[in-house]
Amino acid sequence: MPREALEKIQLNRLKKVLVRAYHNLPYYRKKLDEAGINVYEVNTLEDLRKLPFTTKDDLRKAYPFGAIAEPMHNIVRIHSSSGTTGVATVVGYTARDIEIWSELMARTLAGCGATEEDVIQVAFGYGLFTGGLGVHYGAEKLKATVVPMSVGNTLRQIQILRDFGISVLCCTPSFALYLAEVARENNVDWSKSRLRLGIFGAEPWSEEMRAEIEKKLPIKAFDIYGLSEVIGPGVAFECEERNGLHISEDHFLPEVIDPQTGKVLPEGEVGELVFTTLTKEGTPVIRYRTGDISALYYETCRCGRTMVRMRRVASRTDDMLIIRGVNVYPSQIESVILSVDGVEPYYQIVLTRENYLDKIAVHVEVSPQVFSDEVKVLEKLKKQIEEKLKAELNLSCEVKLLEPKSITRSEGKAKRVIDLRKKEGVQ
Amino acid sequence: MKQISVFLENRPGSLYAVLAKLREWNINLRALALADTAEFGVLRFIVENPEATAEKLKQEGFTATLTEVLAAGVEDRPGGLCAVVEVLTNEGISIEYLYAFVSPYGGKAYVVFRVEDLEKAREILEKHGIPTIETIPV
Repeated sequence: MPREALEKIQLNRLKKVLVRAYHNLPYYRKKLDEAGINVYEVNTLEDLRKLPFTTKDDLRKAYPFGAIAEPMHNIVRIHSSSGTTGVATVVGYTARDIEIWSELMARTLAGCGATEEDVIQVAFGYGLFTGGLGVHYGAEKLKATVVPMSVGNTLRQIQILRDFGISVLCCTPSFALYLAEVARENNVDWSKSRLRLGIFGAEPWSEEMRAEIEKKLPIKAFDIYGLSEVIGPGVAFECEERNGLHISEDHFLPEVIDPQTGKVLPEGEVGELVFTTLTKEGTPVIRYRTGDISALYYETCRCGRTMVRMRRVASRTDDMLIIRGVNVYPSQIESVILSVDGVEPYYQIVLTRENYLDKIAVHVEVSPQVFSDEVKVLEKLKKQIEEKLKAELNLSCEVKLLEPKSITRSEGKAKRVIDLRKKEGVQ
Repeated sequence: MKQISVFLENRPGSLYAVLAKLREWNINLRALALADTAEFGVLRFIVENPEATAEKLKQEGFTATLTEVLAAGVEDRPGGLCAVVEVLTNEGISIEYLYAFVSPYGGKAYVVFRVEDLEKAREILEKHGIPTIETIPV
């Protein structure tokens, strides 16, 4: 589609979504009123720049249903981002949203080269996380055969991959590498497998990691992008050129801004990715700041698509960590540590990658008040912190007890996170 | 008897750091045991002046604590230690931890141990003719 035609569709949809947001989203209406903006005066796509941003914090404050723009009887599905009560963001989908999402996810899978002949193993988590169900519906829409494995149980995943003649694997790139490693340890012979395609997302990964996966599994690997606040997987995908991800611009209007000033940056400049949903009914978002660092390229792709390409995301504007596909903020870990008696408020989060799987260790200092001569008391303390972290983050962490003062005190901002995972390169 | 316990991280040099301080202060260890787990260790030892030593260790940034333990002299022969454990076992006393050593002085072996109810254990031992001691003889 020529860009002029696309932009016409975008503008039409934008006007409608702005009116809907103004009338149905009190939190955004307040922002517009405070900024003195009349949504009926948005007449060009450039006018979007005058509108206030939506932040993750806005959506959190709207918990649970304040970001849902439809009466509940019109909502057929609810998803929620990782995080616990208070920090989670909740999104609702109408039947039409689910229909569009399925279409977009089918488009994504097809863009990566999947067809209705494929047997697709979906190894993203099913549940509140949008990954599993999002990809599932898209694969069905594509009329492919879906095997809904969800996460975990690696040996069974490998067995199904071989026995069911799986041709497409969808999961996080780190799980793909882990699975390849386990397969190698078990002397799995891939020569008889039908596996040909890997469609990976939900966490940042590098070209080096792609090469590694392709070396260890008989697949061509593609990157897909999405986030629950915008819809879930299906926002952008790599085509066969694998030179940036095409954004489904007919439904999501992207901008890249300077994260400090909020100013829109010209094509190709690196900044924070911002999305406005153009068709979403359940939870529309206007100028949602993703925190993901990227850049946009508008020239027509060699594949022929005119849809804008975004540079693959390799970093973020905030301190959010993505560990095995789960979003983790250091502040969540801090609040757990501070809730445990006898632990000093000094901690360090150490991220490592072992067997291609991210591991998170939390180092805490034992305070003299709680130090017990008995090993079992210390072990109980360690276990107690581990259990609390697991409940908060939905992720297994290893807690390491340290001697007091062993975590370096720095003047000003302490170094809370030590990321020893192989540095992710940029596109 | 008071025992000093020091928390040790599981890394090279953590035991040395404590021992080097004791050497510097010219403090002689009377008895010592090192408990370890996969993650950390607890160094337990007996010195002549536990309160002052523990205080100095804390000032140096170590996590040190004083724990009341029982110590008794036993015969340095087969079954010597067993006799002590036997009377405690018969009275249903559970031992949290224990370490023993042979002293070059007096031809005795000494056992240091920790139980939940120290007084009860002390009474039981004394009833059976095993006196607890407050210092390890030099």
